[in-house]
Amino acid sequence: MDFLNYAFMQRALLAAVLVGITAPAVGIYLVQRRQALMGDGIGHVAMTGVGLGFLLSTSPVWMATAVSVLGAVLMELIRWYGKTRGDIALAMLFYGGMAGGVMLINLAPGGSNANLTSYLFGSLSTVSQSDVTAICVLAGFVLLVTLGLRRQLFAVSQDEEFARVTGLPVRALNLLTAVTAAVTVTVAMRVVGLLLVSALMVVPVAAAQQLSRSFTVTFVIAVAIGVTVAVSGTVTSYYQDVPPGATIVLLTIAAFVALTALSTPLARRRARAAAAAQPAGDPAECSIPASRGAGDEVGV
Amino acid sequence: MTEPVIALRGVTAELGARPVLRGVDLTVGRGEVVALLGANGSGKSTAIRAIIGQVPVSGGAVELFGTPRRSFRDWARVGYVPQRTTAAGGVPATVAEIVSSGRLSRTRFGVFRKADREAVHRALELVGMADRAKDSVNALSGGQHQRVLIARALVAEPELLIMDEPMAGVDLASQEVLARTLRQQVEAGTTVLLVLHELGPLEPLIDRAVVLRDGCVLHDGPPPRAVGQHALPGHDHVHPHAPAGTEPIRTGLLT
Repeated sequence: MDFLNYAFMQRALLAAVLVGITAPAVGIYLVQRRQALMGDGIGHVAMTGVGLGFLLSTSPVWMATAVSVLGAVLMELIRWYGKTRGDIALAMLFYGGMAGGVMLINLAPGGSNANLTSYLFGSLSTVSQSDVTAICVLAGFVLLVTLGLRRQLFAVSQDEEFARVTGLPVRALNLLTAVTAAVTVTVAMRVVGLLLVSALMVVPVAAAQQLSRSFTVTFVIAVAIGVTVAVSGTVTSYYQDVPPGATIVLLTIAAFVALTALSTPLARRRARAAAAAQPAGDPAECSIPASRGAGDEVGV
Repeated sequence: MTEPVIALRGVTAELGARPVLRGVDLTVGRGEVVALLGANGSGKSTAIRAIIGQVPVSGGAVELFGTPRRSFRDWARVGYVPQRTTAAGGVPATVAEIVSSGRLSRTRFGVFRKADREAVHRALELVGMADRAKDSVNALSGGQHQRVLIARALVAEPELLIMDEPMAGVDLASQEVLARTLRQQVEAGTTVLLVLHELGPLEPLIDRAVVLRDGCVLHDGPPPRAVGQHALPGHDHVHPHAPAGTEPIRTGLLT
């Protein structure tokens, strides 16, 4: 456990724990509303923020937060108004964001794509004290939203139309989800990297689904997986000198594969138990005849 | 008549460039059970969705409980059952979790108290799904899923129930449960507006039928009673007021 003696590792581990909690906590709502790749899009947009931070010599974390929040709001607006070619508009936003980041960082004095690499794939040694402060504040906001408004976000993500009729402010909640996702991307940026953030939002949720039947349990398992892989990936990266982002993502996918293998016998046992509980000769679904027969024709 | 629960006056709505509602007038009084009938594409679902604000209205007025829909905020008085296809999330959820989301309109900031949890249990008992509360909704049959959606609408104890094709793709056993649940609600004084493809087992409950065709109200009055050959499945309903030579309104089971 000698790694705990280094200040940079303490900072990196703290950041990893916060990333492990927040990324799946937001990701579960994105998966529920079938926008699993939204995190990826925000990650691309955040690159412009990083570039801007370098160019203006301000903190890239706060700049990335500002720009990705703006990008997320823009994506939500495109979803409302641009019904026809929303996918094209989103693609332009994603790649515009990435190109903007590369352009701006090369314009910055002494800047090159090398500076960008640590933001794209994560880096332990570069997590500074001010980064940790920013990450703590942002993670606090994400947890406040994802836990405090879990019933509202669940309702909106499950069935938007119904949520509107229960009087929920659907648009405001959608915007809040987008903003929270954007904030999470920047929380995770230093540890996992912008290009791999989305994996930590989506894959733990997918892995947790293999074991659970309820939203609450999925949430808890996903966060547990997230923290486990983020911390163990960070430690592995310290000993093996490999990029933390890639390690964490590969570990997450391994967790998914392991849980899927584990869940197959579990699901089979559940199905058997359910079949035993059902009385034999249960009526089949949909007793309405599928086609109109000659005997149904009635002359008036 | 007391103040209508739902009032539509000259409502027009478009989906894209296509006019779907072309001046619909519809009033539902307190305690009434009104069925909205019509062929596919006649505007039934759009009319319902215009009432709840899901489809923008381009002309006319929509009022709920005497308040213009735009300024209506008292959504706990309205229970809505959408077409079953709209409620599928990408994450598993239990029956109780889905039904709980219908209770949000009765809570402050989404904080659940004992009374709210009891209401969820009661709503599940009403539709005979209390024993499945902890099961994933993905494991349910179409009919059971529909019962869960109705429990979600009932859990806020609404005065008005709006249902979009509650009987579509529902097995006979569930149809009977739904009809029984609805009867209890109507006896307790709930107002009901429902889109139906056919009157079916709900027929004895319905006070009035409104038939739409091409976005216009074609008939507003007592429901067409199925007698004789009309009681057979798959019949074509020829309306006596319709001008000669018009296409019969197909309200039959199989059209």
